[in-house]
Amino acid sequence: MDLTAISPTLLVASLMVAATPILLAALGEMVVEKSGVLNLGVEGMMIMGAITGFIAAVETGSPWLGFGAAVIGGAAVALLFGVLTQVLLSNQVATGLALTLFGLGLSSLLGQGYVGIKATSLGRLDFGPLSDIPFFGRVLFGHDPIVYISLLVVVAVWAFLRFTRAGLILRAVGESHEAAHALGYHVRRVRLMAIAFGGACAGLGGAYLSLVRVPQWTEGMTAGAGWIALAIVVFASWRAPRVLLGAYLFGGITVLQLNLQTAGAQVPVELLSAAPYLVTILVLVLISLRAGRSGDAPADLGKPFHASS
Amino acid sequence: MKFTTMLAGALSLGLTGAAFADAHEPLKVGFVYVGPVGDGGWTYQHDQGRLAVEEEFGDRVETVYQESVPEGADAERVITQMALGGADIIFTTSFGYMDPTNNVAAKFPDVKFEHATGFKREHPNVSTYDARFYEGRAVLGTIAGHLTETDKIGYIASFPIPEVIQGINSTYLHAKKVNPDVEIVVTWAYTWFDPAKEADAARAMIDQGVDVILQHTDSTAPQAAAQEANANGARIFTFGQASDMSAFAPTPRVASIIDNWAPYYIERVGALMDGTYEQTASWGGMPEGEVVIGEITDAVPAEVKAEAEAMIAAITAGEYHPFTGPINKADGSVWLEDGQVAEDGDLLSMDFYVEGIEAEIPN
Repeated sequence: MDLTAISPTLLVASLMVAATPILLAALGEMVVEKSGVLNLGVEGMMIMGAITGFIAAVETGSPWLGFGAAVIGGAAVALLFGVLTQVLLSNQVATGLALTLFGLGLSSLLGQGYVGIKATSLGRLDFGPLSDIPFFGRVLFGHDPIVYISLLVVVAVWAFLRFTRAGLILRAVGESHEAAHALGYHVRRVRLMAIAFGGACAGLGGAYLSLVRVPQWTEGMTAGAGWIALAIVVFASWRAPRVLLGAYLFGGITVLQLNLQTAGAQVPVELLSAAPYLVTILVLVLISLRAGRSGDAPADLGKPFHASS
Repeated sequence: MKFTTMLAGALSLGLTGAAFADAHEPLKVGFVYVGPVGDGGWTYQHDQGRLAVEEEFGDRVETVYQESVPEGADAERVITQMALGGADIIFTTSFGYMDPTNNVAAKFPDVKFEHATGFKREHPNVSTYDARFYEGRAVLGTIAGHLTETDKIGYIASFPIPEVIQGINSTYLHAKKVNPDVEIVVTWAYTWFDPAKEADAARAMIDQGVDVILQHTDSTAPQAAAQEANANGARIFTFGQASDMSAFAPTPRVASIIDNWAPYYIERVGALMDGTYEQTASWGGMPEGEVVIGEITDAVPAEVKAEAEAMIAAITAGEYHPFTGPINKADGSVWLEDGQVAEDGDLLSMDFYVEGIEAEIPN
């Protein structure tokens, strides 16, 4: 065993890369659920973002346009879900599952000509001398822009839900759509906007996979990341800072266990492989236990709403 | 109405029977895949085999497939569905489908089942087929041993099953033969296909000084991760797995181990058509054309390339077996005496590392 082979700097740096797709998708889903909608189609929206982003980046040669296209692609399939569940009042659980299947199928169709191609990726941001600070330079100032954007989104979502009037309305819609409706708020409009935001975030996370983390297009490349994002929302009890904690914990332990294996740590491999799931769940459950019941699910989560009922 | 339904039923039954006897109706061939067809690796190659069957037999066959089927209970549902859908022969193409395949086979005695890389044949209608990937790994191991400068070669392993352990042992033995200082680093991904995890595993290895990476997982993500590292100034080599993965040649991918299932699929479907089909346990390798080494690129020094090609020729001619003694097990006990060749049974149940690999096999 040679644990000195593991460089803490590289470990933390790659942890942030590994966690970013799940973090983005989970944040988006948290906003959707806060508005009272349960969208199980995160996996489908992520992979649609991954392929639309990849295609756009390859065709235009610009990763930025790729990420832009991923945001639109993710939001577009999310709105499909939105129209079905909010306007046509289809069952949210079934529609979400269908969205996942639809996204996986459509993405593999779209991606047929893109297997084995390399897209131009985003470079690391150049912070000049700041990046040369030992440890912190690489960890804090050595990333591509999307990592910072994802952290900004955490802060923005947290502040939005906590301090703004619009955030209050969104939460009210999720807690009691009847009351919100009676007060004159547009329940359906709020929910559609939340769904589109969730799709955009998931799409961005998916594109981060196909443009930075893996960097290439492979069918089915999300491989369950969307489901992990869904779980993290629940265990984080619908709070943005805990979503960040959950995603970084999960990404961190995933990367750490691979590094430990490579270094030859004398820990059973099965335990190492299961560790990201076990530790993330355990930590988040313990936190939410201590915090009492205040962080529970929005009261109207998953319930259909129609103004006539 | 009831009468007409019955009549229709009887008619169609009679018709199917007649059609079957005359072999007019196309033979329905089903495939169950563990990954997506576009994985660029394992499942892609099986699908190439399916297409080869279609090309060979034209209108006389109809093929169906289901991709990304999880190993476990879901697989049983999919295989049953395929049998109910009228498949005459079903190829289940991953190790984890072994028990589901046998379970379904018990319920459909008239349907033929062929399971890839497993060993259980509990019913007369179940055959198994596999390829001697360890023959290809011996060649890759030889190249890897020559190419490494840090003397650390990495192996991204999927699940601790005999096929993968054969691969690790064969790679290590042959790398060690040409480079006595070589060390093999095994990282278990516990998945056949998860590009993000495979890329992370490759990165963890690269961060820790591994400069040659072999993989036993199905996506091209480790190649992409190595390519990225090379673009940032590293010197990493990789090998294509299951498919050629030539999009990453000439570097980091310097050679590949290719699974070519087409000859086997054509032979079996043909046998079922002309009535010579029998239950088998097939284990072909380089001599049968089932294990192929893809182009060795110019990034490999000429003399190393020649050595690798000589080994391919020797294995293909049946003159060299990659597991030829003396070989000790990791615990120091003797496995093969000098000149002794491993038995197939030992290989098929291989659950130990050879001497020199410092790690435990998860079980």
